[in-house]
Amino acid sequence: MSILGTRVVRIEDPRLLTAGGTYVDDLRLPQLTGAARVTFVRSHHGHALITGVDASAALAAPGVIAVLTYQDINDIPPPPPLPEGGPPPGSEAAPLPMGGVWQEPLLAVDRVRFVGEPVAMVLTDDSYQGEDAAELVSVDYEPLPAIVDPADALAGHTLLFPDAGSNVAVAHPAGDTAFDGCDVVVSRDIVNQRVAPVPMEGRAAAAMWVDGKLTVWVSTQNAQISRFIMAGAFGLDPDAIRVVAPDVGGGFGAKVGIDRDAILVAWAARHTGRALRWVETRSENLVGMTHGRDQQHQIKIGGTRDGRVLAYRLDVLQDTGAYPRMSGFLPTLTNLMAVGPYDIAHVEAGYRVVVTNKTPIAAYRGAGRPEATAAIERAMDLFAAEIGMDPAEVRRKNLVPADKFPYQTPCGAHYDSGDYIGALDKVLAGSGYAGLRAEQARRRERGDALQLGIGVASYVEITAADAENGETARVVVNGDGTATVYTGSSPHGQGHYTAWSMLVQSDLGIPMDKVTVLHGDTDEIPLATGTYASRSLQLGGMAVHKADLEVKEQARRLAADMMEASEADLELDIDRGLWHVRGDPESSKTWAEVASHAGSDGLVAAVHFTEAQPTFPFGSHVAVAEVDTETGKVTLVRHVTVDDAGIVVNPVLTEGQRHGGIAQGAAQALLEEMVYDADGNPLTGTLADYAAITATELPSFELLVSETPTPVNPLGVKGIGEAGTIGATPAVQNAVIDAVSHLGVRHIDMPTTPARVWAAIKEARNSQ
Amino acid sequence: MKVSMTVNGAAVDAEVPDRTLLVHFLRDVAGLTATNVGCDTTSCGACTVLLDGQSVKSCTVLAAQADGHQVTTVEGLANGDGEMHPVQRAFHAEHGLQCGFCTPGMVMATVSLLAENPRPTEEEVRTGLEGNLCRCTGYHNIVRAVLAAAEGGDI
Repeated sequence: MSILGTRVVRIEDPRLLTAGGTYVDDLRLPQLTGAARVTFVRSHHGHALITGVDASAALAAPGVIAVLTYQDINDIPPPPPLPEGGPPPGSEAAPLPMGGVWQEPLLAVDRVRFVGEPVAMVLTDDSYQGEDAAELVSVDYEPLPAIVDPADALAGHTLLFPDAGSNVAVAHPAGDTAFDGCDVVVSRDIVNQRVAPVPMEGRAAAAMWVDGKLTVWVSTQNAQISRFIMAGAFGLDPDAIRVVAPDVGGGFGAKVGIDRDAILVAWAARHTGRALRWVETRSENLVGMTHGRDQQHQIKIGGTRDGRVLAYRLDVLQDTGAYPRMSGFLPTLTNLMAVGPYDIAHVEAGYRVVVTNKTPIAAYRGAGRPEATAAIERAMDLFAAEIGMDPAEVRRKNLVPADKFPYQTPCGAHYDSGDYIGALDKVLAGSGYAGLRAEQARRRERGDALQLGIGVASYVEITAADAENGETARVVVNGDGTATVYTGSSPHGQGHYTAWSMLVQSDLGIPMDKVTVLHGDTDEIPLATGTYASRSLQLGGMAVHKADLEVKEQARRLAADMMEASEADLELDIDRGLWHVRGDPESSKTWAEVASHAGSDGLVAAVHFTEAQPTFPFGSHVAVAEVDTETGKVTLVRHVTVDDAGIVVNPVLTEGQRHGGIAQGAAQALLEEMVYDADGNPLTGTLADYAAITATELPSFELLVSETPTPVNPLGVKGIGEAGTIGATPAVQNAVIDAVSHLGVRHIDMPTTPARVWAAIKEARNSQ
Repeated sequence: MKVSMTVNGAAVDAEVPDRTLLVHFLRDVAGLTATNVGCDTTSCGACTVLLDGQSVKSCTVLAAQADGHQVTTVEGLANGDGEMHPVQRAFHAEHGLQCGFCTPGMVMATVSLLAENPRPTEEEVRTGLEGNLCRCTGYHNIVRAVLAAAEGGDI
């Protein structure tokens, strides 16, 4: 029996549990012995001109090696000019600043545009000295009016980039769509608020230059992309750069590529000739690492009184923060997935991207798709409420039926496979939906203070959106019969070592404990993309699988030669990892024997696997919330999900991905928000203020199984990393609103804090 | 100042600046890097260790306060044969960790929790671990791991 699909516990864990991981701050390499510490001096203003920097006091402080400002950056090429035809949308694969008038400098030049922007670097012998000395760097600021609200950005009275002449970085506004023939049309403005990714390990980098070669250890999802970004920034041949991603303590999209802060650490290592290390504090992380979401949606939905949706319009205003990194790209994904899992004839979606004096926005678990799902799932509930129909029933009437796949959407997506109605019915049955509605009715009848809300969300999402970029793998069977996998995918908690070892065991019969997986070192794996967009298994895993099969065919030829049999007669006994001639089990050769026969090159296959198109996982969630109508307090009491991402290689790992995503989705729906005051000061800039969700605020989750294979790749697999946030966020939000809908509440923006829930109840009561 | 403590059963003595935090003493002086720093407001619990058997957030204890005391980190949990502690085994079996960064603190907080309450309910587990943040697991499998470790009864 194949090991695929079985519950295998992780091979990564014993090391992490007994010795701890080796994150950037844990590296005790000889090359980094005595590495100086980098501490950034960051802007305390949301928007200001810099009129002077005085480092003299800092330079006199104990342990200070150097204080560096933009004036020291005189040894790298100028940034590329703005391409013809305006700024291109950013790319998730390469979150470079847009350049030209929107150029994001490495260190602030003459102005700062967000609290947390790097202004100077202090190099010291140790980190305590760095914190002291950074306080002594005196920066003179002339404050400018800050733009915090995207509406003010549109008004344009203050410009963040005067040369741009506008705060609008990209504009593709939604057109009009036909709402003719609709009995009912509902419009609403909703907010998908700004949240902080908060990986438990913040950003970190170490760097050294020796003999013209740069080595950078960085906490990243993409060592190879980081290498090319730095090659461009420094005007270097990529071969002069080695990037290593050691253990990475979570990423969630915010560690795609490499940030300006870490690029600066590499630059400063060359500039000063010192090995350097930078590990940000959490308070830095909350303002310096990119944030996620921050879209305002205008939604409009129309249909018939019997529940058929005929038209939908979504207009997205993306607040991209101070610099347009990849957030030109994020709303394109929101637009692409705007119609969700529904068969709606008329759909229009558009977006504008504006700059504001806040931390730049980039990918955060879901990256544009949770926003799309949140919008249409709220729209569905608003429509259902307007026509007085059960929200699950409205969804069932409009989901794309299973016999319509592959399905081309009006938004331009090509859905590969699915059974959306099946997923909805399964989660309704699994949650006991009818019983929940009955309990809700009883509580409403009794007028209980503690009301029950049931939130439904159906979704489809896109994974491996850049399928054409593919992923690399090299599989080697060594002379001792062990295997080594060099993977382009880069783990930061997902369990790649376990999953890839399972693939090798399944394909070649080499047991998992004889498989070594290597990743994230560009000297070993120069060409790769890395991890984002739930692409690992379907691209990186497929590349391993394909390399396995190539190695297997090489081995077949060798074994045939060794056993003087025809290749067609050679069989691999996967259970025992032995080659033998068909019908003659005694004639066996081990992998060690075959690999030893392979000559100096050994048994090796290198693959770059690409997919013809992305894949589209789907599912349905039911959230159950109790809301105290007297205080507004919300308790998420149950969360039941169907998340279908095709064939499952290891249920333990996919369940873990679903759990984590559900929690982050619930966190956005219930608690988390990056809040700024009118001057652009973050009010949630520490973990004492930012409401990162804890164990007490969540229930255990109820996961249901569904596996609909995709025809897009031979393993039939899709991505599972982001499904949780995409499905859970609207399900939980809908549950909270549903709990108080009988009081006249139609909508509450996220996060649905007690204050907001209480205010919504009060407002609804007052208007009745 | 001179600080002396016993870490995972071994004596560690060093001259350190007065303001040295216990977590930095453990990482930089004792060379035990499993204990991580995840925040600067005593919120996340990644740095949790045992001080004389009680869990503390080692970012909020001065090394000087641990002078003369016993400290246990996750590196010191396995027995002399290298066999994992029941809590470590339960985290492994239940997939109670992903990126691993919160894990040493989460495991030490669990050891302390189960020492105080050997048979906690799920709610007691969740309350007991409120001071430890995890961003990967949604806490689901951590809670299962703690309950499984308690069920095993060999803590």
